Formats: sequence, C-alpha cells, structure tokens
Amino acid sequence: MNPRYFPLAATVAIFLLAYLVCYLQYPNMLSTRVIGNLLTDNAFLGIAAVGMTFVILSGGIDLSVGAVIAFTGVFLAVLLQSTAIHPLAAFGLALVITTAFGALMGAIIHHLQMPPFIVTLAGMFLARGMAFVLSIDSIPIRHPFYATLKGLYYKLPGGGRITLIGGLMLAVFAAGMLIAHRTRFGANVYALGGDIATAQLMGVPVGRTTVAIYALSGFLAGLAGIVFSLYTSAGYSLATVGVELDAIAAVVIGGTLLTGGSGFVAGTLVGLLIQGLIQTYITFDGSLSSWWTKILIGLLLFAFILLQKGLIHISDRRRRAAATVPAAS
Amino acid sequence: MSRFLSLHVLRLLPQVAALAVILLMISFAFPDFFRLEIQNGRLYGSLVDILNRGAPVALLAIGMTVVIATKGIDLSVGAVMAICGAVAAACITSGHSLAVTLLVTLGAGVLCGLWNGVLVAVLDIQPIIATLVLMVAGRGIAQLITEGAILTFNDPGLIFIGSGSLFGLPMPVVIWLAFGIVVALLVRRTALGMLIEALGINRRASTLSGVSTGVLLIAAYMLSGLCAAVAGIIAAADIRGADANNAGLWLELDAILAVVIGGTSLLGGRFSIAASLIGAMIIQAINTGILLSGFPPEFNLIIKAAIIVLILVIQSPRARTVFAWLSRSRGAADGAGQDRADRAGTGQEAK
Repeated sequence: MNPRYFPLAATVAIFLLAYLVCYLQYPNMLSTRVIGNLLTDNAFLGIAAVGMTFVILSGGIDLSVGAVIAFTGVFLAVLLQSTAIHPLAAFGLALVITTAFGALMGAIIHHLQMPPFIVTLAGMFLARGMAFVLSIDSIPIRHPFYATLKGLYYKLPGGGRITLIGGLMLAVFAAGMLIAHRTRFGANVYALGGDIATAQLMGVPVGRTTVAIYALSGFLAGLAGIVFSLYTSAGYSLATVGVELDAIAAVVIGGTLLTGGSGFVAGTLVGLLIQGLIQTYITFDGSLSSWWTKILIGLLLFAFILLQKGLIHISDRRRRAAATVPAAS
Repeated sequence: MSRFLSLHVLRLLPQVAALAVILLMISFAFPDFFRLEIQNGRLYGSLVDILNRGAPVALLAIGMTVVIATKGIDLSVGAVMAICGAVAAACITSGHSLAVTLLVTLGAGVLCGLWNGVLVAVLDIQPIIATLVLMVAGRGIAQLITEGAILTFNDPGLIFIGSGSLFGLPMPVVIWLAFGIVVALLVRRTALGMLIEALGINRRASTLSGVSTGVLLIAAYMLSGLCAAVAGIIAAADIRGADANNAGLWLELDAILAVVIGGTSLLGGRFSIAASLIGAMIIQAINTGILLSGFPPEFNLIIKAAIIVLILVIQSPRARTVFAWLSRSRGAADGAGQDRADRAGTGQEAK
C-alpha cells in the first residue's frame, strides 16, 4: 500500500475498532438513530472542519473559525429580529460577509507575508468583537421558516433521521473531496502545502490560491454558523468558543499532515466521527465525566502526530535508500 | 557602556512611547487616572491596578518570549495555568503545608513544560502542534483534578500570594517584576540569550557549531511551564479557588500578543523580555482604559484586533522593504534585503 494512505487507513481502523468496542458494550450504538444524531450534532463542526482541511493542506492554519461561527449566528439573529428580511436572503448576506472576511485574511497573509497563525488570531478577535458589538445577549430566532427547515429530514430504516443539517454536512464533505482531488484549485492547494517556492516555480498562482483558500474557509465557517443557528435556534456571541481547536483536531486525527501537502478530506470526516463517537460513548455510559472527552481527544491527537512522524521518518529513509542505490551503481 | 545603554533605550522606545500615549489618552478621559495614594502601607490607584491585573499575562509573556525566540510557540500556557491552579488548590485543601503546595505546583508546571519541550526537541514536532495537544487535553486534566467543581480554599498564606502586599506593592506585581528581572539577567548576563537567538535563527547551524540545541529548547519550554505555574497560582489565589474551565482562558493569545507588541519576531531570533513586559502592560492598560472611559467592553476585542493588524503591517517584511526603499541609504537597504532573503531560505529548509 502507498504510505500516503497509512494515516487514513489508521484513522478508519481506529474508528471501526472504537465503534466495535462501543457496540459490544451497548448494542444500541449501532442503531440508525445514534448514527443520525452523530451527523446532526456534529454538522456545524464538520462543515468548519472541511474548510480547515484545505487551510491545513496548504500549510496554514485558521484560528478564526469559532469566532466566525458565533458572529454569523448573532448576525442572523439580530437581522431576523430587527428586520423583516427573509432568512434565505439573510443567509446569503452572512455568507458574503464571512467569505469576504476570509479573503481579506488570506490577502493579508499573502501580501504582508505574515504567519497565518497571528493574522487569523487577529481575525478571531475581530469576529468575536463584532459579535459582541452586535449583541451580548443570547437572541432566540422564532422565524417560522426556521421551524420548516428544522422539520426537514430523510427517514432511515430503524427510526433514524438524517436531518437537513446532517445531510448538508455530508454534501459539503462530498463537494470538498471533489474540489480537493478533481480540480486545479485542489492541486494548487496541495502544491502550496508541499513547498511554496517550488509551487511558485511550477506556475501555481500563489497569491490567488492563498486568498481563495482562506475565502473558502471563511465561506464554510459562515455556512457552519448558519447550521449552528439552525441547530440551536439562537444567536449568542459567546457560543462555539474553541471550535477551531476541535476542527483542527478532527483534521489531524483524520490523518492530514499538519505541515501541509498531504491528507484527505474524507479523513477529516472520520476524524470528526471519532470525536463524536467519544462523546456519544460518554453519554451512553453516564458515569464518565465530560472532561474525559478532552483528555481522550488530546491523547488521540498525540497518537496521530506520533504516527505521522513515524511515517515521515520511514518514507524519508526509503527515499534516501532509493536515492543512494543508483548513485552507487 | 553608554552605547550599550542607548542601544537598549532605542530598542524599548516604540513600546514605551505607545504605553505613554495610551496612558495619556486614558488620563484625558479620566483625570484622576494618575493619582496614587497610600493606605495601610500599600499603594492604591489605577496605575497600580494595571500592574496588578496584568500580572498573569506579564508572567506568561516572560516564558513566551524565550519560547518564541527559539522560533517556537507555546499554546498550552493557559491550560497549564488551569492545571497548576487546580494542583495548588487540591494540595492545600488536602492539608499540605504552603511550601509543599508551592513546590508541587511549580513542579507540575515544569513537568508540563518538559512534555512540550520533549515533543518539540526530541520528537521534532512543530511547536504549534506539539503544544496544541496539552492545550486541548490540559483543561480536561485540570477538571479531573478538581473533579469538575471549583475548588475553594482558605489558606491565608496562599491567598497572600494573590492579594497580599510587599514593599507597598501588591504581591503579584512584586512576583512578576522579580521574575522578569531574574530571567532577563539570566539570559543577558550569560551567553544563554545569545545561544537562544542563534537557535531561533537557524537551529541546524547552531547544532553544527556545538550548541546543545535540544537541551536549550527543552529548557525554554520548561521555563514557559514554570511561568504558567506561577501565573496559575496567582490567578487561583486571587479568586481563592481553582476554576478549571476559566482560569487562564485565552491568556496564551494575550501572552503571544504581548510578545508581538514587544517587537520580538514570531520567526525567532532577537528578543527582549523587557519589551514583552511593557507589551503586557500595554494590553492591560487598554483593557483598563476601555473600562474606565465608559466604552462598552464589547469593543475591547475589536481594538485588540486593530492593534495586531497595525503591528503586523509595521513588522511585515514587505513594509520594511518599502521603508528601506523610501529611506535614502540605498546601500544599507540592499544589505538588509540580502539578509532577509537568506533567512527566508533557511526557513524553507527547516520546514
């Protein structure tokens, strides 16, 4: 097997193994209801994690995701409360704002040549601050259209439901896979993550791609914000604190290399499901406390980083061995 | 010696000027701002308050400066603060003496730093990722220690660290001033500081020239852990309890911001602990100023974001090229450009 697929295979194996352990202890875990809820409860995180996957594949990082989700939620709530605008128009407006916000961060990163870490940190402060300025209260959304959207679902055999937001997340993942592996933009993202200088020499439009990557992440964070506001029917400026960390964790557990250039959007989905599974297991168990989630996710992160390090080491050695053999002969 | 002094004054000038401007602006809005008075042998006043409230960020900034100078970053300091606060509270409530509690807590912080340092130096993991592990898991560990509750304590010795006073100054101020001076002397009166800068600029070159970079890196992260432990004790002692969820929340970002305001580059190399401490005070002065001047505190984050962007623009290599081009010394500008290109080259290699 190509060593490129090792991290993904390891993630899938861990997920199946974990699900098996859960199933043996609680046979109900395999019901379609649990699976449906797993998708619905993690929908906003999953959508944000797709954007994060692209950012990390390009060798960057986006810390503003959680704040942008909260901003979108508050923005929608305030807009729907104080104007008679239709929610769909509000959604469009929110997506335009967050996409432009992401593009601006990308432009700053590229043109000022600053580390993405500190630029998106400023973005995080700005988005969170804008949410605070809009409102510091939790604003309920009572628009009838929201109830309609929340009522949409596809019924699975066994009583489970794939809700609109759960289905949307799956669609975003599918679109993400297509963009990453079947378009020129996707190839450019991988090239940037491999090595910027090389990518530039090969003719990759570095500036345009960087801006597009962060714009995509902003767009998906906005979409995640819409999903989150549908999920909670409210907008609150203190919501989704630290979601960027969960998203980064999902990407890394999904087998994407944090230095960029290698990884799969599909892996992120499995990484997300592993996190969701841990939470579901803790809920099923009832006696375990919620802080074990954080500790387990931390341990998983550590294990995957070690795995990646080991793989890089092995492939480096192989490459070196392959390089020296022809030279000697 | 005078050249040495003037060099240092010049280095700190932008930060001091920024702090002075901010303090002056606050005093326009709030005339009583500079008033200090002594009650019960202790100084009181808004200025003292800024020094006092800024203590945790100032302490974190000391460790963060050294870590950033090695081209690293420590995202876990907030979580380590929570862990150490929890350890201190658990220790003192289970009947241990103050000395034992402090030793165990500081030990816990150093241990966290050791973990980060080993990940970065031995396993060669990117610092952002390596410290992310403890940032995610750390709060869980802290909650494990406090068992999800806020552990409160009544030990007068421990409370003194948070709200007592020494030499007329609040105890936290004395602690961070002393800590800053000790660390600054340690790195500047020995070769340590230079070695750290060398390591930050080019780790491979420093290793090849005989610097034991692994040990230095681990030591930097251990220092950061120690600083976080002291900050954690102060934060817990201040509220007389350990709050695993909120102690030190997002303070790692404030600490990084303080270092960036202090002019230390995130790309490693030259650093100044004094400038970072002034940076921490600038952040606190802005916080206090917004509160005093009656602005809604909601604007706090937006102002912080604006400041970061401003500093980024000033620090960015592109802007420096423009400045260099504008200035008349073309020869010097070319030299600087060459130097920057070299550094960019080594950065690519290290990656």
